[in-house]
Amino acid sequence: MAIQPTRRSMLALAAGGIAVSLAPLPAAAQLAAPTQAAPIQAAPIQAAPIQAALDRIRGTRALREGRVTLRAPNIAENGNTVPLNISVESPMTAADHVKTIYVFADKNPTPEVAVFHLTPAMGRASADTRIRLGQTQDVIAIAEMNDGSLFMARAEVKVTIGGCGG
Amino acid sequence: MASPIGQPRVRLPAQIRVGEVIEIRSLISHIMETGQRRDAAGAIIPRDIIKRFEAKFDGQTFFAMDLAAAISANPYIAFPFKVEKAGSFEFIWTNDAGEERKTTTELRLS
Repeated sequence: MAIQPTRRSMLALAAGGIAVSLAPLPAAAQLAAPTQAAPIQAAPIQAAPIQAALDRIRGTRALREGRVTLRAPNIAENGNTVPLNISVESPMTAADHVKTIYVFADKNPTPEVAVFHLTPAMGRASADTRIRLGQTQDVIAIAEMNDGSLFMARAEVKVTIGGCGG
Repeated sequence: MASPIGQPRVRLPAQIRVGEVIEIRSLISHIMETGQRRDAAGAIIPRDIIKRFEAKFDGQTFFAMDLAAAISANPYIAFPFKVEKAGSFEFIWTNDAGEERKTTTELRLS
C-alpha cells in the first residue's frame, strides 16, 4: 500500500515537473536560439576579411596556382610559433623577378600575417619566418611578379594549442 | 608605453664567395603583443609589435618585410642575398611607435 501513494505522488511530482520544465522551455529556446545561430552568422564574418584581403590584392587579375612553395609543418603542436618558408620559382633578374609575397592565415583574428618585399639583388625568391596560428587553418601565400602576374599556394596547418589567447 | 626592442642578432655564413646566394638569418627580442589579449582586469592589452624590417646593402634596400600581429614573439626572419662584392649590411627594425633599432654587419669575402 505504501507503494501506491508514493507512485501517485511520484507521478504528480513528475507531472508538476513536466509542467515546470515545459514552462521555461520557450524562454530556454529563445536563449538557445541566438547561441545556435551565432556560428552560422560567425562563419561569413570570419570568411569575409580573408576574401576581402585577397580581392584587394587581386583586383581584376587572374590568381593562378603554382610557382609558389609554402613549407609549414602539417601539425603544429604550438600555434604560438609555427615555422614558415615561402619560395617562388623565379630567375630574380631585373626583367623577371618576384616583387611581393603576401601571407595570410584565413582563420586568425586578423588574416594578414606578413608582406615580403623582394628585389633581384636577393638572387633567389625566398623568405623564412615564424608565425602564430589561432587554430587549425590554411596558410596562403600569394606572389606578385614584376609583370603583375599573381601565383598562390595554400597549406593546411593543424594546430594543437592555439597561438592567440596567450 | 611601447616595450623595448631587444638586442638584434644577425648571422651570415662563415665562408662567403662572390656569385653565391647566401642566407641571412635575423632574430630580435620583442614581445609582439597582438592587441587581442586581455589583462587580469579584462582590459585589452594594446597592440605593440615590430611592424617593419628592412635590409640594406651599401645603402640600398634589397629586402623588406611588413609584419602583422601574427608574427611570433622575437621575430625570426631569414632571406637570401646574392653576393657581388664586399660591403656593409644595415638592418632596421621599426615598432608601432615608430622607434627604430639598427645593426650593421660587414660582408667580407673569403
